[in-house]
Amino acid sequence: MSDARLSVLKTYKLYVGGKFPRSESGRVYEVTDSKGTWLANAPLSSRKDARDAVVAARKAFGAWSGATAYNRGQILYRIAEMLEGRRDQYVREVAEAEGLSKAKAAQQVDAAIDRWVWYAGWTDKIAQVVGGANPVAGPYFNLSSPEPTGVVAVLAPQKSSFLGLVSVVAPVIATGNTAVVVAGERVPLPALSLGEVLATSDLPGGVVNILSGRTAEIAAPLAAHQDVNAIDLAGADEALAKELEIAAADNLKRVLRPQPVDDWSATPGTERMTAFLETKTVWHPTGALGASGSSY
Amino acid sequence: MTMEKRTSAFEYAPAPESRAVVDIAPSYGLFIDGEFAEAADGKVFKTVSPATEEVLSEVAEAGEADVDRAVRAARKAFETWSALPGAERAKYLFRIARILQERGRELAVLETLDNGKPIRETRDADLPLVAAHFFYHAGWADKLSHAGYGPDPRPLGVAGQVIPWNFPLLMLAWKVAPALATGNTVVLKPAETTPLSALFFADVCRQAGLPKGVVNIVTGDGRAGAALVAHPGVDKVAFTGSTAVGKQIARTLAGTRKKLTLELGGKGANIVFDDAPLDQAVEGVVNGIFFNQGQVCCAGSRLLVQESVHDEVLDALKRRISTLRLGDPLDKNTDIGAINSAQQLARITALADRGEAEGAERWSPACQLPENGYWFAPTLFTNVTQAHTIARDEIFGPVLSVLTFRTPDEAVAKANNTPYGLSAGIWTEKGSRILAVANRLRAGVVWSNTFNKFDPTSPFGGYKESGHGREGGRHGLEAYLDV
Repeated sequence: MSDARLSVLKTYKLYVGGKFPRSESGRVYEVTDSKGTWLANAPLSSRKDARDAVVAARKAFGAWSGATAYNRGQILYRIAEMLEGRRDQYVREVAEAEGLSKAKAAQQVDAAIDRWVWYAGWTDKIAQVVGGANPVAGPYFNLSSPEPTGVVAVLAPQKSSFLGLVSVVAPVIATGNTAVVVAGERVPLPALSLGEVLATSDLPGGVVNILSGRTAEIAAPLAAHQDVNAIDLAGADEALAKELEIAAADNLKRVLRPQPVDDWSATPGTERMTAFLETKTVWHPTGALGASGSSY
Repeated sequence: MTMEKRTSAFEYAPAPESRAVVDIAPSYGLFIDGEFAEAADGKVFKTVSPATEEVLSEVAEAGEADVDRAVRAARKAFETWSALPGAERAKYLFRIARILQERGRELAVLETLDNGKPIRETRDADLPLVAAHFFYHAGWADKLSHAGYGPDPRPLGVAGQVIPWNFPLLMLAWKVAPALATGNTVVLKPAETTPLSALFFADVCRQAGLPKGVVNIVTGDGRAGAALVAHPGVDKVAFTGSTAVGKQIARTLAGTRKKLTLELGGKGANIVFDDAPLDQAVEGVVNGIFFNQGQVCCAGSRLLVQESVHDEVLDALKRRISTLRLGDPLDKNTDIGAINSAQQLARITALADRGEAEGAERWSPACQLPENGYWFAPTLFTNVTQAHTIARDEIFGPVLSVLTFRTPDEAVAKANNTPYGLSAGIWTEKGSRILAVANRLRAGVVWSNTFNKFDPTSPFGGYKESGHGREGGRHGLEAYLDV
């Protein structure tokens, strides 16, 4: 009986400011599997969509960066919990997007879930690893702490539709940045579906904003945007990366250049976090109590 | 049961937390190798509610044979547990953290019943910190190469852990979470008077699917603890408790390869300068000595107040103490619960009497104590000198000794004039004075314009005879790593 039933198809939409809008342009583009079979029509985002996403990300930055590291860790872990429950959906989407077997796709999804757990654990540790007291030669308290840089534009990898995507988004938000993510151009569906998990994981709207469309078209306004603080060029080819890095220089965005990644499943280091951290050093005089001192 | 003077317009209505949320079995066994079992010799002891003296349950009393079995189980489990990828160990700990969050109310009520501390504290302090501690350490399990102990720091083996009764589940979390995160397995001996929450924790481990033998719980008295720390199959000993027992353990471990961390007594000084925000300071002083009935190793049990504001601070302090509500620990309005045991009550009583006998001036608010259970009214001593016993010995109860000073130098000298060195408090609006005083205090934790703050990311532990080693934070990992 189930054979006769016609399935209900999902309308894939963007994820911006905690909501699921269509592209303001009204445009879509055809997404196919590796054999060319139609999968869905994804929104073809415009420059205006990119700017709206930056506004949403900026609006979310204050509360997200001001949340305790513990709270951010809980929320990132919640994302892993929610993903685990919808594992089958992502296995299917990743298999279709990347032309993988179910088993191979499952490995990718499992690694992506574990990656959220990995970064959930980093939120309250990165400051202990990269910050610290500095023994300056004088009567001063001197402490360096990492702080998030702000709004980060993230060009997701073009091939690894889900594990690659998670591997570049999670480190950005773990430390308190907010993100505008451009999904892999030909493999946007797992990324767009991620919004559904983020929306139900206590992650405040606007912390992650996900756009689909032509990477070059969306990345250009992001790289030039004066209210974007950094850009991860993971999903850009060499020529585009150079062009975007030049545009990014206009307000001295922090730029993470594309690096060849053979295997996204390898355990990451801290580089994807530190790339989007500022170091703040606070000085304060320690004063003196008087000449005598205490000998304990 | 309130000490409140009849000046307020409204009385508090009773607001008891429901006991129905927790189901205490009539008896519990030892938790060894994933199973509950009776002691080999069949011995049991009773655990009572210190607020009512009601028997809550009967618990197996571990002997040497049981401790030996637990250590063997932990040894066996160590092979597989330590070989697990850190990311997998992490996920077990995250599960435990989540289950502790889910069962937080149940465990808070249980802890209040078995320990006597107010539900407000177990609900708002103990349990959230317990879960946070597991959550924090879960994240370290697969990040140890980033912790500053070399590229691949190894676990030690079997950790024998002996914990006190003042924060039963929180002390368990401080011990178990870092041990498991770093790849060790555990035999834990909870305090004789507060075994229940550790036994409930065994059930949390079951729900989390933790492999058997990774956590073993042996209940009993000091003899079980002594057998555990002396067991040749134990690689690491962690103890929180009295300085006297800590020294005994240090002697027992002499000449062995066992790694030792000790978190012992304290006689914390809370230093109030004349420029301090006094209302805030008074709140902090009250919290510093009456939190958990003063049964806190880092309690601010000595108030050092600058002479120029002595009278003002004392007036405010007495006013504030008079509003504290002592009584049913399950009542959500209760500030001060029961003393944990008859022995502890006797010790507090004797030390307070000694304070009076030695000439210090004793003050307590008008206070009606419940008829059953173990109770001690909040108590303040003035005209205390550094020579007085109550200024030197750890009382571990709701008793504050007030001393004065004139200069910051004198404050530092007096604060450091103790064999202990666990905690201190500084109250002043001047940042440079905070830092200058903090630099010269010989104490492992210094709170400025706050007190009794705890966080899993922040290392805790003492100087001098308050013990050695730190718990919590990146620094706390060292205690469980072969470095």
